[in-house]
Amino acid sequence: MRIGTLAGALLAATMLTAATAAQAETLRLLTWGSYAPEEVIKMFEEKYPDIDVEVTFSNNEEMIAKLRATGGAGFDLAQPSHDRVYAAQLEYDIYKPLDLSKIDTSVMQEKLLDGVKANTTIDGKVYSVPHQWGTSGLMADKSKAPDVSGWGDLCDPAYKGKTSMRLKRTILLGTAFSMGENPFEAYSDLDRYQKILDKVVDKLITCKDNIKAYWKGGDDLSALMLSGEVVASETWDSTAYKLYGENPNIVFVPPKTGALAWIDTFTLPRKGKADDAAYKWINFVLQPEIVKLMSASTGAIAAIKGGKDLMPEEKKAAINAAFTDADIANLQFFANIPPGVEDMEGKALEKIKAATGG
Amino acid sequence: MNQADFKRLSLILLFMPFALWILLLIILPHIGMGVLALREKVGPRVYEFGFGNFIDFAMEPIYWNILFRTGSMSLLVTALALIAGFPIAYYIAKIAGRRSRGALFLVCLIPLWVSDLIRAFGWILLLRETGVVSSTLLWLGLVDAPVEMLYNDITVVIGLVYTVILFMIVPLVSTLDGMDNAMIEAGYNLGGNGWTVLRRIIVPYAMPGIISGCIIVFMLTAGSYLTPILLGGKNSSWFTETIYEQFITRYNWESGAAFGFLLLAFTSFVVWLGLKLSGQTLAGTVARN
Repeated sequence: MRIGTLAGALLAATMLTAATAAQAETLRLLTWGSYAPEEVIKMFEEKYPDIDVEVTFSNNEEMIAKLRATGGAGFDLAQPSHDRVYAAQLEYDIYKPLDLSKIDTSVMQEKLLDGVKANTTIDGKVYSVPHQWGTSGLMADKSKAPDVSGWGDLCDPAYKGKTSMRLKRTILLGTAFSMGENPFEAYSDLDRYQKILDKVVDKLITCKDNIKAYWKGGDDLSALMLSGEVVASETWDSTAYKLYGENPNIVFVPPKTGALAWIDTFTLPRKGKADDAAYKWINFVLQPEIVKLMSASTGAIAAIKGGKDLMPEEKKAAINAAFTDADIANLQFFANIPPGVEDMEGKALEKIKAATGG
Repeated sequence: MNQADFKRLSLILLFMPFALWILLLIILPHIGMGVLALREKVGPRVYEFGFGNFIDFAMEPIYWNILFRTGSMSLLVTALALIAGFPIAYYIAKIAGRRSRGALFLVCLIPLWVSDLIRAFGWILLLRETGVVSSTLLWLGLVDAPVEMLYNDITVVIGLVYTVILFMIVPLVSTLDGMDNAMIEAGYNLGGNGWTVLRRIIVPYAMPGIISGCIIVFMLTAGSYLTPILLGGKNSSWFTETIYEQFITRYNWESGAAFGFLLLAFTSFVVWLGLKLSGQTLAGTVARN
């Protein structure tokens, strides 16, 4: 008898969940840490009470790996960087084209929108629109390393044992620029690119002696800089802005060859189930008052008209301390990664890591 | 249903979770990895069957280097864990009183209650240039400038020994526990000194425990990821890191899978070699506990 009641109750409970599930839609976001602040999610769910937002934090490489494992299922909206969409789509077919009529593209900054569109159009179909952008460059403690101005300065013996970098493709590209090459132009000719990479590898291996340690994440880097153990490092601008708030001597330094700029996009996974909710999210987070909350959380600048003015005050100060208008004009946007380049760069990084010279 | 059928059914049911676990979580993924490892990428979305991934490994000295580095450092960690763990195990099993034994075991267990990640961060806080140890030394006047103790191979070895030592102590305690104290007394009565008793009686008796502890510790160390990554410096590559790089950074699942199998084959070979050299069998050591 008691078992019968229990079973009945369970059955009723299951039916109830099924009924609510049919009404409520779930929007599964695959994005960067801090790109979906609690507050914004709450406001979104208040405006669209029938949509539940689920967030998975990730990075460029893991996003592609996750979507590749399922053939593009499991998430409804992803946010890869603009240079990581084209090759991933060609190789693994994990995204689907956007319906631009459902996105209010009029609020976006035209230069960024056109740039992203040009980078992510395959067979005449657009796969991504921009969300936020930022740069990679250098960070220096001005009181201890006043002369840092280019990528090569990380290898300056004056700062021996007091510099750091992340052993990823950014530093390969930066070093290539500092040696007077343009790696992005060489992408179309892989033999030429390999020659550049070989030179970069040699340079970074001799530079190893100068490096204290390779940082692996933002927290790691923050601890190294704040403790003064490292005085100059390769960095994301947002990390530098955060540290500027704690120690105004620590500033972001756009390298003289140009800071490397990335744009994080909105892109739909191929087997996403809640496209409409995804479009609603895109339009929602591009509203000026939401952008303010978002930029405060991410430290990146929204790709909308006047995005820089919507940064929180203390970050605006950090940006102004770092960038002149000339620096902005000098930005180098990451070029699309053609198939095969990842493998070449991976090999180069392995060589540097395994080398014991230094 | 008669008694025999019932017995058989209950045996099958009891065995089922284990069989499912082995099949779904061990055998099937390995088959998938095996298929991946034997697939060569020839272009976007085009693959061919072949041994190219293994050949790539064989032709690249960097990978051999990292594999042997991982292997030799794991052996070092195993040896250090044995040297540090044996006296502790001996004390717990033979010298400590009945009541303090439980407490001592607990003390050994406590570090395992927090995750690997937290323990690695603990070491980072202690050993970094502005960390606890360095500033204490500075304060005591023993050094003139801050010392950096992080980001080198010694730190990785220390961190790994700390992480795995319990897996050495437990099998040793359980083997030594079964040893009759009379054997040790007899050794002394026959004129042996402490060293002879240890060498001729205790170590041979504890051999199965030593070997099983060493196997577990070696496997755990060679397959560990977090500790070498977090504590290691600019030159410390670990083989698991290479596998991660292949899978995630280079999107090269094919060679990542091949590397996984190579690590498995390499560690299995080392264990086999160790068993051969010490004259033990797998059934007589690990399976005994």
